[in-house]
Amino acid sequence: MRIRLPRLTLLAAAAALGMLGPGASAARADENVPHLAVDSSKLEFPESGGTQTVTLTNTGSVPLEIRQVRMAEGSAGFAVTPLNKTLAKGESAQVTVTYTPDPQRPGARKQAWGGLQILSSDPSYPDDARTAGEVEHITGVALVANSSWLLTAMTFIPFFGMLLVVLVPRGKDNLVKWVALAVAIVPMVLAIYLYMNFDRNVTVASGNYGLQFVQHAVWIPGFNIEYFVGVDGLSVSMVILTALVSLIAVGASWGIEKHVRGYFAMFLMLEAGMMGVFVSCDFVLFYVFWEVMLLPMYFLIGIWGGPRKEYAAIKFFLYTLAGSVLMLLALIAIYYNSSPTTLVSGAPAEHSFNLFRLTYVDAGRFADSNLTLLGFEFAKICWIGLFIGFAIKIPMFPFHTWLPDAHVEAPTAISVILAGVLLKMGTYGILRINFGLLPTATQWAGFAMAVFGTINILYGAFCAFAQKDLKKLVAYSSVSHMGYCLVGMAAFTQTGFNGAVMQMFNHGTITSMLFILVGVIYDRAHTREIDKFGGMATQMPVYAAFFGFAFMASLGLPGLSGFIGEILVFLGAFPVYRIITILAATGVIFTAAYHLWAMQRIHLGKWNDAVWKDKSHFPDVTMREVLTLVPMAAIVLLLGFYPKPMLDLIGNGLNDVLAHVTAHGGAGALALH
Amino acid sequence: MLDNVASLKYFIPELVLSVGILAILVIDLLAGRPSRQRSFVLTMATLAVTAVATLLTMDGQKRGLFGGLIARDPFADFFKLLFTLVSVLVGVAALRSSDAIEYREGENRDKESGEFYALLLTLALGMFLMATATDLLMAFLSLELVSIISYIMAGFKRRDRKSSEAALKYVIYGGVASGVMLYGMSLLYGLAGSTNMGVVREAAVHTAGTFTLITAVVLCLAGFGYKIAAVPFHMWCPDVYEGAPTPVTAFLAVGPKAAGFALLIRFFGDGQVGGAIPGELHGVLFNSSPWPLMLGMIAAATMTLGNLAAIVQSNIKRMLAYSSVAHAGYLLLGLCAGNRDGQLAILLYLVTYLFMNLGAFLVVMALADAGLGEDIDDYRGIGYRAVFPAAVMAICLFSLTGLPPFAGFFGKFYLFAALLKKGGSMLTALALIGILNSAVSLYYYARILKAMYFEKAVSDEPIQVAPLHAVNMGLMAVGTTGLIVVWTPLVNFVSQSLVQWVPQATAVAQTIAQ
Repeated sequence: MRIRLPRLTLLAAAAALGMLGPGASAARADENVPHLAVDSSKLEFPESGGTQTVTLTNTGSVPLEIRQVRMAEGSAGFAVTPLNKTLAKGESAQVTVTYTPDPQRPGARKQAWGGLQILSSDPSYPDDARTAGEVEHITGVALVANSSWLLTAMTFIPFFGMLLVVLVPRGKDNLVKWVALAVAIVPMVLAIYLYMNFDRNVTVASGNYGLQFVQHAVWIPGFNIEYFVGVDGLSVSMVILTALVSLIAVGASWGIEKHVRGYFAMFLMLEAGMMGVFVSCDFVLFYVFWEVMLLPMYFLIGIWGGPRKEYAAIKFFLYTLAGSVLMLLALIAIYYNSSPTTLVSGAPAEHSFNLFRLTYVDAGRFADSNLTLLGFEFAKICWIGLFIGFAIKIPMFPFHTWLPDAHVEAPTAISVILAGVLLKMGTYGILRINFGLLPTATQWAGFAMAVFGTINILYGAFCAFAQKDLKKLVAYSSVSHMGYCLVGMAAFTQTGFNGAVMQMFNHGTITSMLFILVGVIYDRAHTREIDKFGGMATQMPVYAAFFGFAFMASLGLPGLSGFIGEILVFLGAFPVYRIITILAATGVIFTAAYHLWAMQRIHLGKWNDAVWKDKSHFPDVTMREVLTLVPMAAIVLLLGFYPKPMLDLIGNGLNDVLAHVTAHGGAGALALH
Repeated sequence: MLDNVASLKYFIPELVLSVGILAILVIDLLAGRPSRQRSFVLTMATLAVTAVATLLTMDGQKRGLFGGLIARDPFADFFKLLFTLVSVLVGVAALRSSDAIEYREGENRDKESGEFYALLLTLALGMFLMATATDLLMAFLSLELVSIISYIMAGFKRRDRKSSEAALKYVIYGGVASGVMLYGMSLLYGLAGSTNMGVVREAAVHTAGTFTLITAVVLCLAGFGYKIAAVPFHMWCPDVYEGAPTPVTAFLAVGPKAAGFALLIRFFGDGQVGGAIPGELHGVLFNSSPWPLMLGMIAAATMTLGNLAAIVQSNIKRMLAYSSVAHAGYLLLGLCAGNRDGQLAILLYLVTYLFMNLGAFLVVMALADAGLGEDIDDYRGIGYRAVFPAAVMAICLFSLTGLPPFAGFFGKFYLFAALLKKGGSMLTALALIGILNSAVSLYYYARILKAMYFEKAVSDEPIQVAPLHAVNMGLMAVGTTGLIVVWTPLVNFVSQSLVQWVPQATAVAQTIAQ
């Protein structure tokens, strides 16, 4: 028995560590194939611009055709000399990449995340099999320095904050709260920085798909999964909203006394998950964050919730998971129908999860009506799968039943997060993924979305009417208000889109206030039954003022931000869906009615002596509560009178989404009516 | 194909195991006083030497040993390393587990007995052979070796009624399944005139679609299905998992299941991964007959029934038993894809499954040792009484559900991706069934989570688990959460492990002629 120790040991160790390559390169040399060798794998440029040369050599045994040399999408400011040539065995050719900085956009190089792509006849690289006859095997060279740490920091600082909170010694509950507050302040500060530095003029036409603050690296090369974060006009408002609502919610959590460490650890993990969803530009990354956010939410409702917390927690979890598994299937199906490209490392990739590539390059091929899945048209079935996943989150009728349960049982701060941010993930997902990846199917489904949106508005309002529990009333008002977003985006008009995203942001701030106010009264009365209250304004005047302000904002009083979103939605939708918009607009009346009626029952009339003998249980709002309410109130007031800052922020990004949707499939939605 | 003598040097891992088994038994006998610690040390030494021997003799080549009875190829090496890891983890856990110790009133003899470890190693040997068998006879023998040792280990708590019941049920089901499988194999022998899988495959070309071939393969499936606990051959599973000592249950849920899949892949595949059509299996046995449809139906039934039955269980081990039935269904999906992607997904999923499933069982074991019952009601409030074990349990359950960022998600991702990549209505439908099943499974996993975290504890007294268990659980939790960090090297290693040696009919005939 001879064992050749050294070589075998090395081999075994290498195999165990997975260091051995696929071994294909060795086999290639002796076959009659061309082989493309590129002399560099990365290109670096100074901020001031410059040129770099890349040499392409045929190291194979037969002539190599270079079909095309181009810059990948997402390489704004970069240009490459064209090359279309057949290289004989051993022959080389050079291409020059030039970077010209845009004087209007200093620092734009940092936003470039594309690279150099070479299409050749080297069969070892992936080929777009669907363009029959055309051989286009693709490989690439990376562009270096496309890193902005801003979004990564906003996402992962809460995550590390979670670890920090866990490390706080047992029993130091106050310290835990302060640590959590300090951690939550960081993303808020960064969000302000983001708001100040976000370039409002950037559009898809200015390159890089309108993305800013990009960070881009390869995560799992085997499946072409990338770590890719960035913001555009669509996501930037949501990122800011997440940071803001999370910070406010930490303040609203100050009263937590049970398992404080666990609570704030879960809370910060939730913030990381939400932030990740809004900044992800890779589909799998998006999905991972989407799911990561479920775990803490389950525990936050289940441990710190009300009497029926177990039921509410599992209902929330099951509903959302059922929706997201459909999203997972659609995600994989879409991946396998995407076209070959290069990863950010320059490595060739047969398919890609890059959401912007899927949107702007592959959307057309998904729309191919010959493409089927389970016998249905591919785009439509994928659209429905994705839409159900997002609709559950919105929540859209008939998938809304988890929401009132979750809200009623969840602690105040978690209701704030749930209504303030989580619901927006549904509408954001539809705009980003359904609208982006499957624009033709979106046009096909536009009318249905508008109908469902209207049902949401009216059904939510009627349900809110019937509620005896104040928190349930606010929960149903969320169902109703999210319906406006659906109607607005289904209109495929600029005004409608702006209205939908405005409504998303405004609902986030207004509903946060509402839930904090519900929490305030619950802390004092330990009940939320509307009929038990009365004359509260005499006992808690400041509270009543905030309450009135928030309710007025919620019912859409002109001058407060709730009005802006609604009016834009109606203006945008009316030219497209007349009858539906008229129906939806009647919702405003019912909304006003149930808001005013609830307010009247709680704050006006006589103090309910039969139930509340001791008025000392009802001190007015504390400083802490005021501090959580004032920032939201200020934003509501400001955006109510002067919505321009928000419209400027989101405008260009939304125009791009709209242009993309209308460019595909033509006049679909308009022709329906 | 190597002859008997030349084969020996590639058979060293198995030889080491055999020597270890004999050493434990003989030393126990000679030393007079049996010692559990000594057997444990010997076992770990044996397993360590086995692992080193496997790593040293592993060279990426594929060879047939002993005239084509078994194969030594990267595929087998992968499973050998996997089995060694499982054996080590279960062996370590069993050292402290009161469940693996037989108490006898007034006497302490059995308590120190080394039998448990000798049996554990024999089981490992059986699985080694199962993963390498390329001959029906060898497949049957190794499967029987694994089965018989499993019967004994399931009934290890001789005075425990449930344990004895488990062993008896296991024997009866196992006996029937083996008998049926043997009948199927004899039919295959009748068709091919040889028990060598290569010759059988060749013969299958000429008899494709005939009633005899289909009957034979269906009968064989009974045996394999029984080993991996696939519906409708899963009935033994809940009773055995509940009754058997927990370390044994943990072992059975991972080891023999993985071995069963190794055998299934060898039986249905033809090992030509990266052949003329890269990534496509063109096994005659697979493609010329309705096996994809049949396996698909079995997979769908296994996932659905396993998950639905798990919902109504009140005993944690029983629930985990049904959950492992469901996971056999997910794994079968990879086989339905019938190509390299599917096999890669199966192997990857087995690795993630090892960590998450073993982790869950280790928590049950550690808590049982600390005096906690095995009903879900007993777990009420332990999230606050036993913080660490409960956290490990939560991680493993989330991973079993398939939630990112845990390893189980990436495992499932590869499985479903393999199905959707190949496409076709049947595979897409299977992926849909599988993914909806993942959502269903959350419901019963969440019952444990709910008991642990949402419900009031019966007492506030903290539960202390043995440090050894804590380390073991910690490893599983790190594996489940951290596998994603080393995912790329893992995928590379597993893709290289797909290379299988396949007996060619002509070569077999030549050997026989000599």
